[in-house]
Amino acid sequence: MIEISGLTKSYGTTTVLDGIDLRVDDARIAAVVGPSGAGKSTLARCVNLLERPTSGRVEVNGQDLAALSGRELRRARLQIGTVFQSANLLRRLTAAQNVALPMRQQRLPDTEVRRRVGELLERVGMLHRANHHPAQLSGGQRQRIGIARSLALRPSVLLSDEATSGLDPESTRAILALLTELRDELAVTVLVITHEMDVVRGIADHVAQLDHGRIVEQGRVADVVRRSDSPLATALLPMPTVVAAPELRQWRLRIEGHVSPFWLAEVGRELGGDVAVLAALVEESAGRPVGRLTVGLDRAHDERRVAEVFRRHGVVAAPADPAAPAGPVTGPAEAPVTGTREKEPVA
Amino acid sequence: MRTIVPLLATPWPDVPDLLVPALAETARMVGVVMTIVVLVGGPLGLLIHNTSPLGLTPHKAVHVSISWVANMGRSLPFLVLMAAVVPVTRLVFGTTIGFKAAIIPMSIAGIAFFARLVENAVREVPRELLDVGVASGAGRWQIMSGIQLREALPGIAAGITLNVIAMIEYSAIAGAIGSGGLGYLAVNYGYRRFDTTIMIACIVLLVVLVQAIQFSGDRVVRRLTH
Repeated sequence: MIEISGLTKSYGTTTVLDGIDLRVDDARIAAVVGPSGAGKSTLARCVNLLERPTSGRVEVNGQDLAALSGRELRRARLQIGTVFQSANLLRRLTAAQNVALPMRQQRLPDTEVRRRVGELLERVGMLHRANHHPAQLSGGQRQRIGIARSLALRPSVLLSDEATSGLDPESTRAILALLTELRDELAVTVLVITHEMDVVRGIADHVAQLDHGRIVEQGRVADVVRRSDSPLATALLPMPTVVAAPELRQWRLRIEGHVSPFWLAEVGRELGGDVAVLAALVEESAGRPVGRLTVGLDRAHDERRVAEVFRRHGVVAAPADPAAPAGPVTGPAEAPVTGTREKEPVA
Repeated sequence: MRTIVPLLATPWPDVPDLLVPALAETARMVGVVMTIVVLVGGPLGLLIHNTSPLGLTPHKAVHVSISWVANMGRSLPFLVLMAAVVPVTRLVFGTTIGFKAAIIPMSIAGIAFFARLVENAVREVPRELLDVGVASGAGRWQIMSGIQLREALPGIAAGITLNVIAMIEYSAIAGAIGSGGLGYLAVNYGYRRFDTTIMIACIVLLVVLVQAIQFSGDRVVRRLTH
């Protein structure tokens, strides 16, 4: 478990992190997102005390690392594995030697090191590259070796600082699958620092948005994506361009609860008219379908009735045209439709 | 009788009798000095880097003072340094000429040079690689030996190559205080006695020697680089 409370980090008069509170439960993946310069990497470096916090607590499995130093701090770091942005493999060592490095530092017996290196390389699917040097491996392969190395000392907490930045989609998927597997099979607690919303949607249980050194929004990913007025939700599920259909009235929908697979057709039947899908983004997050749609309906439909029918199917609906006043049964008003994909508030 | 006709050039068949012992003396001098240089200059270079703001344990006062000492060792032309440390040499060895006398000024110059070469090599190791050690709970010594030195090894090997060649050069200058070796032979026979044969032989041997050292050094660096 990671529990950060009141974490502040300043360099001189510049405050990089300002009172961060963040908690990651055991066997959960939390993602910290935010624009460049928001303090994401500093936050990661404060968790394993590569940077010493100016004030606040950084508890890992109940132990406040910020209060430790010397030998005690080194021992506490053994329970934290770190995956670095560019893997940071030693160039003169083979993949296997890189994985063995933390174990050699702890002077584990030779036979154990060899056995464990084999296990770890197998887990990350790199056993066939054991004797290759980093220069002979692709970025994705290097990152997998980096993950194997971070697991060498059986950490209960894994810190991943932009581990998938700059990787191709295929490698990113493989790395994310690996992180999920570590959470599910080894009950590892993972803190992921990323600027890629795909990563958050793909694996995170919890998400926190960092901006100017403060957490401006956080929550369970499943909850956040359902928030209607949240910039983070918009960033997580950006809306595609809406198809123009001037003869129809635009409605903005948000999947709110458990919906049947055929909810759209069912709503259409109930309303007694066709529903035109003008823009849609539906996908799975935390095992449930989430998403937002813009649909076109015949202008003759009664506003209250439409909203009511959608609501019964687990969908919040509101007319998109600003001229129409929101009825009492519609959901909370959303940001005005711009017709274009909103810019993600992350770099 | 060569000794009474000193202006006569040494006949070629006799050249090896002079050249081989001189080469051996040069090798002995450079070998002894390089051992001292690596043992003292290496740790010194590591210390200079790691006490710098970029190092593992920044410490301004220590950094500035040892950096200053290293610069001092390199700021004097070798001939001047040699003369300047004569009192030290006399104190340690009781003599100011010959092989023993050359060891001290050569070591001083070599250590100062090598410390800077090691500092440069170690500085090239990316800071992020050291973070790997820190984050995985390694201690300072483990990071220095297991990551810093290990990753800097090709650079250090290149530094040793440079340093050996510099020491061969200094050993020739040390010929001025009768240190022996190829430089001494070239100066005493080739220059003072106008013995062109010895001069040419020394030059050829020195050129071949330096080329061979550079070639082998480069090979070692390549083998250490992955």
